[in-house]
Amino acid sequence: MNISNRTYYMVGFTAIAAMVVVILAYGAYNGFEFAGADDQGGDAISEIDPSYEPWWDGIWGSYELPGETESMLFALQAAIGAIIIGYAIGYFHAVDKARKGKLPNRQ
Amino acid sequence: MHIMEGYLPWQWCLVWFAIALPIVFFGINKITKIIRENPEQKMIVALSGAFIFLLSSLKLPSVTGSSSHPTGTGLSAVLYGVSCTAFLSTIVLVFQALLLAHGGITTLGANIFSMGIAGPAVAFVIWFALRRAKVSVPVSMFFAAMLADLVTYVVTALQLTAAFGGAAGYGTAFIDFMTIFAVTQVPLAIVEGAIFSMFAKYLADTRPQIFGLEPKYEGAASA
Repeated sequence: MNISNRTYYMVGFTAIAAMVVVILAYGAYNGFEFAGADDQGGDAISEIDPSYEPWWDGIWGSYELPGETESMLFALQAAIGAIIIGYAIGYFHAVDKARKGKLPNRQ
Repeated sequence: MHIMEGYLPWQWCLVWFAIALPIVFFGINKITKIIRENPEQKMIVALSGAFIFLLSSLKLPSVTGSSSHPTGTGLSAVLYGVSCTAFLSTIVLVFQALLLAHGGITTLGANIFSMGIAGPAVAFVIWFALRRAKVSVPVSMFFAAMLADLVTYVVTALQLTAAFGGAAGYGTAFIDFMTIFAVTQVPLAIVEGAIFSMFAKYLADTRPQIFGLEPKYEGAASA
């Protein structure tokens, strides 16, 4: 099995993109809201054991983070991860180049 | 897979903390030791952690009509094992519990167990079984990352069943929780497997020694 990297990435990303589009289209057709599974888990607990009361609201209490702020913090988390991955790929790339003597000399 | 704050009876919170904490501390020690003895590993450790950060922040839609997160623990699990992954997952879970009100401090132990311990343990076993059977790195990584993700959610369903099954019967409770968590997760786990498979292919070609492979060309000898 000797597929070139470029082909492999293209097939991979295309497959992922296609999958997300199909899922969203299926959702649009059925009117899905795509609510978080974690919250649904909480609701299911209330259904399965109606006598159960959550015993702590957490440090934020009953205050619910504004949707915008929550998206911002999730984006921040993704950005932290992505910047490290990007740094590592760039570093590997530069090390290989330097080893082949292809890095431009500093003036 | 985040069990929400307060949504686990305190006895169960204690049980999961008791199981998870020693493994996390072991992981801290192990990572410190790896970095001290092999400073060149620092980049790969950071990379493994970064994947957990990135992927677990993405809420992806699924066919069941709900959204859920990948876990991102595959790379860390196959390279550094379970305890290191438990530690790296803890960082992410604390971030999400404190800032995002996602998951919780009381349920942290249970969430570390599902995401940082159970999923990665299965990934680790599958990885070595496949590699030993001479399956290629990208394919092995696909299955390892996919199962790390899927098993995490199956374990969440089991944890909730154990805690709440008494009221409605364990069978019904398990089916309910599995539908919410595990079934939703199947397409997302496949996406996660594909992402890691591509990255593993990249690493196997440019830094083969990470996976204990021989470099294919001169100049790829060290990270």
